[in-house]
Amino acid sequence: MPKVIYIDVDGERHETEVSNGSSVMEGAIANGVEGILAICGGSCACSTCHGYIDDAWIDRVGPPNEIEESTLELALDRRTGSRLTCQIPMRDELDGLVVHVADNDG
Amino acid sequence: MAELPIIVVGAGQAGLQVAESLRRGGYDGSLALIGNEKILPYQRPPLSKQYLSEGMLEDRLLFRSSEYYEKKDIELVLGQHVSALDTSARSLIVDGKTRPYGKLALATGASARPLSVSGSEHEGVCYLRSVDDAKYIRGRLSADPQRVVAIGGGFIGLEVAGSARELGHSVTVIEAQERLMARVVSPLVSEYFRKVYRSRGVDIVLNVAVNRIERSTDGSLIVVLADTRTIPADLVVVGIGSSPHTELAETAGLHCDNGIVVDEFAQTSDPYVVAAGDCTMHKNSRLGIFHRLESVQNAVDQAKIAAMTLLGNQKPYDQVPWFWSDQLGAKLQMAGRSDGFNRTVMRGSMEDGEFSIFYFDDDVLIGVDSVNRPTDHVVSRKLLAAGANVPDQIIVDLEQNLKTLL
Ligand SMILES: Cc1cc2nc3c(=O)[nH]c(=O)nc-3n(C[C@H](O)[C@H](O)[C@H](O)COP(=O)(O)OP(=O)(O)OC[C@H]3O[C@@H](n4cnc5c(N)ncnc54)[C@H](O)[C@@H]3O)c2cc1C
Ligand code: FES
Repeated sequence: MPKVIYIDVDGERHETEVSNGSSVMEGAIANGVEGILAICGGSCACSTCHGYIDDAWIDRVGPPNEIEESTLELALDRRTGSRLTCQIPMRDELDGLVVHVADNDG
Repeated sequence: MAELPIIVVGAGQAGLQVAESLRRGGYDGSLALIGNEKILPYQRPPLSKQYLSEGMLEDRLLFRSSEYYEKKDIELVLGQHVSALDTSARSLIVDGKTRPYGKLALATGASARPLSVSGSEHEGVCYLRSVDDAKYIRGRLSADPQRVVAIGGGFIGLEVAGSARELGHSVTVIEAQERLMARVVSPLVSEYFRKVYRSRGVDIVLNVAVNRIERSTDGSLIVVLADTRTIPADLVVVGIGSSPHTELAETAGLHCDNGIVVDEFAQTSDPYVVAAGDCTMHKNSRLGIFHRLESVQNAVDQAKIAAMTLLGNQKPYDQVPWFWSDQLGAKLQMAGRSDGFNRTVMRGSMEDGEFSIFYFDDDVLIGVDSVNRPTDHVVSRKLLAAGANVPDQIIVDLEQNLKTLL
């Protein structure tokens, strides 16, 4: 199973396996990563699963699609690498992915 | 003596959020979250959507893993019913035992309103509120093509109808009002969805009440309408609204009126008790009205306000309401209100299946319903929150970016 490294809002590092096909958001929820709230349950409607893809990974993860792009408008502190983690399905190619969790509870 | 705990009753979307926001707000005292369902707190929206139509696994419904509650030092008490509240002694009866509290949050949610016609008790007549309900329906829909009747053309009835149709069942929706989702969307949107369902082979019967449900000799059901029409069914799913869980609050003497009445700070009529979510009749200070909402947005945002009040840091509830519903591939998203308008402006086109309807009270934008136009929805939420002036000519012109109005 590919691994994801989440750095939460308090700077704590969580390294965990996320099965292929599960979203990066689901991996965070299942492992109690602080700050990924995901109140719409992955429907791309809330932006509370916002995270920043680490610079080294931005190209491999790719850009958001149009729907995600619009929902990202709701995110508080948008930067380069901003993605809604519910919209990133895990795949082998992303093994080792580093995601910095945004402040989703502001 | 150690400080008395904060107890949250109801471990659903709002209850979890109260607990989470208390910890996030710096509360490090003792905290218990008590719920009468056995499963870890879970999301309800997928129950009528992916859980039915895509066989979503139960684990994926859970909001948080069990370790999360340990880590946050939230005492999670599952499968236990709170049967009484004594506000003068500040204590609860939980599974027969007394538990004192310092402060209390009620997040007891709502339950499906029962159908009262004769035959409602037959096997095969069911509701959808909990994961157990959804499991039952999913089980029934896994058999060969079934005849499914949804009683009630609101969100839940329609989503179940859509999911059942996608699975290949034959589906009829019966609605007593003259249009679908009459309580929550405008006539334009109702009509649009009626056509969507029709075109996908779902029978929509409007303007007629159900008189009774009979069991035929072969064991299947017959739904008999007030105009004597009969509709055979293998499964009847009833979605005719919900009743807030106010029993606990009511017997304790808290002010209730179609919900536990709270002010804009989520405060009940007792100074040590707050309430949030589907169970509340609440004040929204932006809209200036009292209403009861059943939505994730309300559960979460109001729970945050309730937690702040518990922490002595009052902030009024003034969020713009929003909601979404997935129906036969159409994503309906709503922001603000779609009642009390006197004119509408359309962006996009119904024929293309991508449009937003902007509702105005004279020149004031009060709400926007979007179908497959998520960008409009998101920007509308911001426009409504900002109280922005939104000219008609910008709305109708798809070349114009609504964001420029912010
Ligand atoms: C099928 C379905 C689909 C939905 N789809 C959407 C959607 O697409 N978008 C949207 O925004 N909203 C949707 N909703 C609404 C949303 O799920 C609710 O608004 C939300 O769950 C409300 O949260 P709550 O915490 O107030 O209530 P609940 O989630 O109902 O939680 C209340 C909990 O308290 C427990 N409880 C009650 N009384 C007691 C007691 N005395 N002792 C112990 N425990 C008690 C209940 O058993 C329950 O577990 C949907 C709801 C359903 C049922
Ligand atoms: S979980 Fe709501 S947008 Fe990702």
